[in-house]
Amino acid sequence: MSEVLILVDAVDGKVAKSTGELATYAKAIGKVNAVLFDEALVPQLSAYAIDNVIICKGIDVTKFSPAPIAQSLAQIAKSKSAAAVLITSSAKGKEIAGRLAVITESGIITDASAIDSELITTQLVFGGSTTVHAAVTHGISIVTLRSNSIEPLAGSATPTTEEFVPKISDLAKLAVVTSTEPAAKGGRPELTEASIVISGGRGTNGDFKPVEAFADILGAAVGASRAATDAGWYPHTHQVGQTGKTVSPQLYVACGISGAIQHRAGMQTSKMIVAINKDAEAPIFELADYGVIGDLFNVLPQATAAIAAKRA
Amino acid sequence: MKIAVCIKQVPDSWAEKKMLGGVLDRASVDAVLNDLDEYAVEEALRIVEASSPTKEAGEGSGHTITLISMGPERATEAIRKALSMGADEAIHISDEALAGSDALATSLVLSKVIADGGFDLVLCGTESTDARMSVIPAMLAQRLGWAQLTFAGSVKVDPGDSKVSIARSTEFGIENMEASFPALISVIEKINEPRYPSFKGIMAAKKKTITTKLLSDIGLSGDLVGNKAAWSTVKDALPRPARTTGVKVEDGGNGGGELVDFLLEKRVI
Ligand SMILES: Cc1cc2nc3c(=O)[nH]c(=O)nc-3n(C[C@H](O)[C@H](O)[C@H](O)COP(=O)(O)OP(=O)(O)OC[C@H]3O[C@@H](n4cnc5c(N)ncnc54)[C@H](O)[C@@H]3O)c2cc1C
Repeated sequence: MSEVLILVDAVDGKVAKSTGELATYAKAIGKVNAVLFDEALVPQLSAYAIDNVIICKGIDVTKFSPAPIAQSLAQIAKSKSAAAVLITSSAKGKEIAGRLAVITESGIITDASAIDSELITTQLVFGGSTTVHAAVTHGISIVTLRSNSIEPLAGSATPTTEEFVPKISDLAKLAVVTSTEPAAKGGRPELTEASIVISGGRGTNGDFKPVEAFADILGAAVGASRAATDAGWYPHTHQVGQTGKTVSPQLYVACGISGAIQHRAGMQTSKMIVAINKDAEAPIFELADYGVIGDLFNVLPQATAAIAAKRA
Repeated sequence: MKIAVCIKQVPDSWAEKKMLGGVLDRASVDAVLNDLDEYAVEEALRIVEASSPTKEAGEGSGHTITLISMGPERATEAIRKALSMGADEAIHISDEALAGSDALATSLVLSKVIADGGFDLVLCGTESTDARMSVIPAMLAQRLGWAQLTFAGSVKVDPGDSKVSIARSTEFGIENMEASFPALISVIEKINEPRYPSFKGIMAAKKKTITTKLLSDIGLSGDLVGNKAAWSTVKDALPRPARTTGVKVEDGGNGGGELVDFLLEKRVI
């Protein structure tokens, strides 16, 4: 059976759902080996379809850029003769995948929305207007997968564990992390994992309260356009778009966002899109399954109240 | 300091794109300088201005900014634009064998030019707006064996000590990082506001040198690059059914309530 490696993703000591998605794709290909650097996460991995856990020891990856992670994966892939390495399509995930492709002399496919048992990937390109099927033809299939693209399979048994001590070269330690400033986080779900995302743009005029209230009643994540993050109204880590995050939730609600091409690039593969905008001609309406021409300061509080009333 | 900036000419993001024989049909759309690369050019200029006795880039600053671009002949338009912003010179790798190169081949070519140039710092944008893979900077750092300082929201350079530090903007917050020269840096679009080329800059750019190189000039074989050497292949590219046109309703006073009814009916909430 083919060996597949997946890189475990975690936020604040919690294994991310995207790890379960990677495991689900990997399971269709072969034996699922989950690679991690933080041993404390191991118990959480039983939740997903993982056969074996490989714990990398002897390197503090939080102190360096992606280099040591890529180097470790390359060594493990070699020792296991892995057929594929699956990584979440985050900015850092793609950097790791890129380095891994160079080290292992393998082809790489990024931002896939699926990979099948024959290692054929699916990507949505050109603003979701075209579906591309592709495959790696040299070396290991190194593929990064967008989160929120599959329902994770539940684990059936506790995975086996093994330890691995990678040999990290000095070249992988040239760039050093001297300090970190974690993003202020609220109690809301992770933007890329949430099944509902409510985003605010310049139309909020800096007041995100109605956006947040609507998000909270739906258990949704909050996103923002670049106009809103540039103005300092919302942190950059919440920016949706070409130079922000790519989200693909069940429901995306754009409030006071015009729908510039760079914003669309981060949200147009959402299953359902709703737009609330004062301007009937705003381009965001071209994408919307449901558009409300109106003032977000009226529409959002009313919608929030309507949900509260239905639940009461 | 010797600084290089990797730039790419891309199809205009506003243009409609289509596939031709498994690759992007680039000839059919207008081409522009990848806008994310403008931030890298701007940052290189600011690094030089901050450490030049004349507070200006160009001759007399004691530093040079070299643009490196791989692409077809007409990429010179994008190169001229970056030169008119204030970069000093450019190396343009243009060879028919390069058509259809994947990220691995592109990074191979760029890393060869960088390694031969003896640079202290190389700056890139975070991704090109056409391919959107965002892997070239990391691949370059890996190939060169250089420090990788990517997704920089700010860059501080200490030329005396040959040190550079950045604030790396990640999905979880900020990582402050540092390294010694040589380093590979990518900058995010929050880092600066790229300048518009001045009339003087546009005139000066006409006289700046663009050195065009073939693969043979940089000592690479054509077998390693191009469509045939790509390590991934497109099986098919199919147009998806267009999004069905949605409903658009004017808020007549109960727009929020109607929205909720719609969402409940569609079972998304
Ligand atoms: C290199 C580059 C990268 C970029 N990356 C990104 C990115 O990652 N993400 C991103 O979002 N953008 C990005 N942009 C910016 C993008 O081009 C747009 O400028 C930006 O998305 C606009 O944000 P906006 O829609 O909030 O603002 P605007 O375009 O100003 O739109 C505001 C909208 O709000 C509406 N409005 C105003 N008041 C109300 C109200 N009370 N109720 C309802 N509607 C109201 C208006 O009708 C208008 O349509 C990038 C640009 C560049 C050049």
